[in-house]
Amino acid sequence: MDNKKDVKGFLEFVYEFYKSMKAHEITLVYEGEITHQITKAFTSLTESNMAKDDESGSVQRKVFHVMVECLQNISKHADDFTSNDYLFSGRGIFLVSKGDNEYSVTTGNAVDNDRIEELTSMLESINRMNKDELKDLYKKQMKEGRLSDKGGAGLGFIDIKRKTGRDLEYHFLPISDDTSFFLLTSTIGRDE
Amino acid sequence: METIKIQGTEDTPKVTLDKEKELLEISGRSLPEDVASFYDPILNWLDEYAESPNAKTIFNFKLVYFNTASSKLLLDILMKLEEIHEAGNDVTIRWHYPEDDEDMEEAGEEYADIVDVPFEQVPYSG
Repeated sequence: MDNKKDVKGFLEFVYEFYKSMKAHEITLVYEGEITHQITKAFTSLTESNMAKDDESGSVQRKVFHVMVECLQNISKHADDFTSNDYLFSGRGIFLVSKGDNEYSVTTGNAVDNDRIEELTSMLESINRMNKDELKDLYKKQMKEGRLSDKGGAGLGFIDIKRKTGRDLEYHFLPISDDTSFFLLTSTIGRDE
Repeated sequence: METIKIQGTEDTPKVTLDKEKELLEISGRSLPEDVASFYDPILNWLDEYAESPNAKTIFNFKLVYFNTASSKLLLDILMKLEEIHEAGNDVTIRWHYPEDDEDMEEAGEEYADIVDVPFEQVPYSG
């Protein structure tokens, strides 16, 4: 940005970006390393915004739950990604949007292609389950599941589906021959 | 026996484990960065307590939020209390939950299903 034209172009981009965020009702967007500090900052920010908006206690709690599980998923799994690609290694994108009827929490992070099958089958099987099946699976995982080195217990996706009552929507987009970008979005109804 | 007193923070619960005063309680929020290292001292304390527990043990859970990783460690605490109960001691779990928080109430019911210990659900307002 060493000349005026570039600066102007950049500022115009910022305005387009802002309009685009508004159009998609995005209230929070972050790109970068997701740490525990970031998790605490975003959850407390969203919490105080929801309190200001007089959101019901139940909705506030559900959004909080989903945000924590999504952020911790990324912070615990981002370094499973083995590529040294500086654009994606250890990083991710995190978005919160708020519409008239619902909140959405969306995460994106790079994964090795050999994890796609495992993730897909896990998400699909959770999506197929009804309330009671999810409850039984959660209890089983708590009892039998071991805490991984990174402190995960394999319970995050199950909890999100249980708390939101909606399917986990996801998508994989190719980055290279070996890696893909994994996007996951969870929706919390505001009238539930 | 040593007393454990941990002040609560925005991501870790307040913990009081005091054998002499018969006060065993965990309250607040639990989403520590490293759940295992947070809960290890608590589980170790319970192991020691199990060797010579009080005539009556009441353990109070008064959490307003816990993440999934913590849920596993809470079950570990409950299973230690179950062992103390199985050894023939009087043990009661009191699961306090905000009266408008169905999820927290249900979480208590689920734990009560898993462990075999007298379990009381205690709603509170505010």
